[in-house]
Amino acid sequence: MESTGIMEWLHPLWLVWLVILFAVVVWWAYRPKNKHRFEEDARIPFQDEGEGKEDGR
Amino acid sequence: MSAAIAAAPSLRTPVRYEEAVIKKFTVATVFWGVTGFLVGVVIAWQLAFPALNLGLEWTTFGRLRPLHTSAVIFAFGGNALLGTSLYVVQRTCRTHLFGGPAFANFIFWGYQLFIVMAASGYVLGITQSKEYAEPEWYVDIWLTIVWVCYLICFAGTLIRRQEPHIYVANWFYLAFILTIAMLHIVNNLAVPVSFTGTKSYIYWSGVQDAMTQWWYGHNAVGFFLTAGFLGIMYYFIPKQANRPVYSYRLSIVHFWTLIFLYIWAGPHHLHYTALPDWAQTLGMIFSIMLWMPSWGGMINGIMTLSGAWDKLRTDPILRFLVVSVAFYGMSTFEGPMMAIKAVNSLSHYTDWTIGHVHSGALGWVAFVSFGAIYFLVPKLWNRERLYSLRLVTYHFWIATIGIVLYITAMWISGIMQGLMWRAYDTLGFLQYSFIETVEAMHPYYVIRATGGTMFLLGSLIMVYNVWKTIRGDLRHEAAFAQPVRIVTGAAE
Repeated sequence: MESTGIMEWLHPLWLVWLVILFAVVVWWAYRPKNKHRFEEDARIPFQDEGEGKEDGR
Repeated sequence: MSAAIAAAPSLRTPVRYEEAVIKKFTVATVFWGVTGFLVGVVIAWQLAFPALNLGLEWTTFGRLRPLHTSAVIFAFGGNALLGTSLYVVQRTCRTHLFGGPAFANFIFWGYQLFIVMAASGYVLGITQSKEYAEPEWYVDIWLTIVWVCYLICFAGTLIRRQEPHIYVANWFYLAFILTIAMLHIVNNLAVPVSFTGTKSYIYWSGVQDAMTQWWYGHNAVGFFLTAGFLGIMYYFIPKQANRPVYSYRLSIVHFWTLIFLYIWAGPHHLHYTALPDWAQTLGMIFSIMLWMPSWGGMINGIMTLSGAWDKLRTDPILRFLVVSVAFYGMSTFEGPMMAIKAVNSLSHYTDWTIGHVHSGALGWVAFVSFGAIYFLVPKLWNRERLYSLRLVTYHFWIATIGIVLYITAMWISGIMQGLMWRAYDTLGFLQYSFIETVEAMHPYYVIRATGGTMFLLGSLIMVYNVWKTIRGDLRHEAAFAQPVRIVTGAAE
């Protein structure tokens, strides 16, 4: 199987793939373009106020 | 887009949050908390005065100890996590619970049945002898069913959220739910001797069994007692402080670093055993690296109060939450240090480990849960505020002094115990017999049990306060002293 060959090549380098994936996460989090949206996202817990608080009985 | 929604809340239809089940989880958290602390206090006094095991097989230390650990971790902590997660996921997704009240009730009662089945087994001597995974196969299968339902309920609520972004607390909760499912299934792969009997044999054997057990055990710490309660931190500290988390971007990095690193740290429980050396070193290295996400998360939680530190003086609920994060920082400093092989050679198998676990369990897990309970009770029962904030203060100080007594006693006792074990005389013989180390620890056991008793008393104050709040009583009390504002210059 051709896919087995690719997996055999990918597998020993797992640490490299995970480090790259993590670097992408950090880049995404600290990208200046995303600053505003994350500041907005941090306010999500405060957007439920003043709404129906009834018990769902 | 979310800004537009925030600016025009009237455009949204009000959500009917499912809160009856959250009330049940909250009451169960308080009930199991006190039960678990009580059993802990009993066995702490048993260690100081062994006659207290009453000479009965059901009340010996060996049977009550798993009862204590499971009651505080899975019954108290578990109910706190299930309850708060189902509260937070509804609030931050602005939608009601997936599956409706009947499904939520099944999860609640199913989980309580798991606790009762596990606990009754321990007292009767039914155990598979894996630490923190003592329940036998029939309890394990039942928990798997309940847990999958919990996952469906939580993830289903996430999927039909009204809010485009999934708030970070839910990431931590989801990581907790998924990882616990994986750990629970793999570590409990067992073959029952018969379908009518309780005894089973585990699939793994030898060092593979040990490694699987501590891969489970340490990630129970990492994903149950850490990730889950960080979900509580990321929702309840901002809510109680009424300000968003210090850095949302840091919380993203915090999450992924924690997830990437924690899963590898388990081998540090098996230093100097039959486990291959490279695996021990790997576990040690990853444990040390865990300093970074742990302290990043701690800074994020505490700095949320930046610019509003005076609230710590006037808001005892916030004090519980913030001090819990400080304890989290302390125990996640101590943990990686103890994972270093040279330190571990002294600390392993001693009371130091017990002290470490309790600075995390009492200081972090229990305090953050108390904060969440005090936040939730007036909200859920539609009360103006708690019955008494003074009583929260008393609870805080009694519990804090109790923890300090507990962990300092265990540090001294544990380090002394480790040093006595490795002491040689001039002829190369061991200097102390085992019983001499036990005798030397007696005073510290008394101090530890006293600290634990204080912690239990604090939780009883909480029970009274919660009970009065639910009844609708309000205690008239003077406001806490506000800090005096000093004008320092005309420019101000």
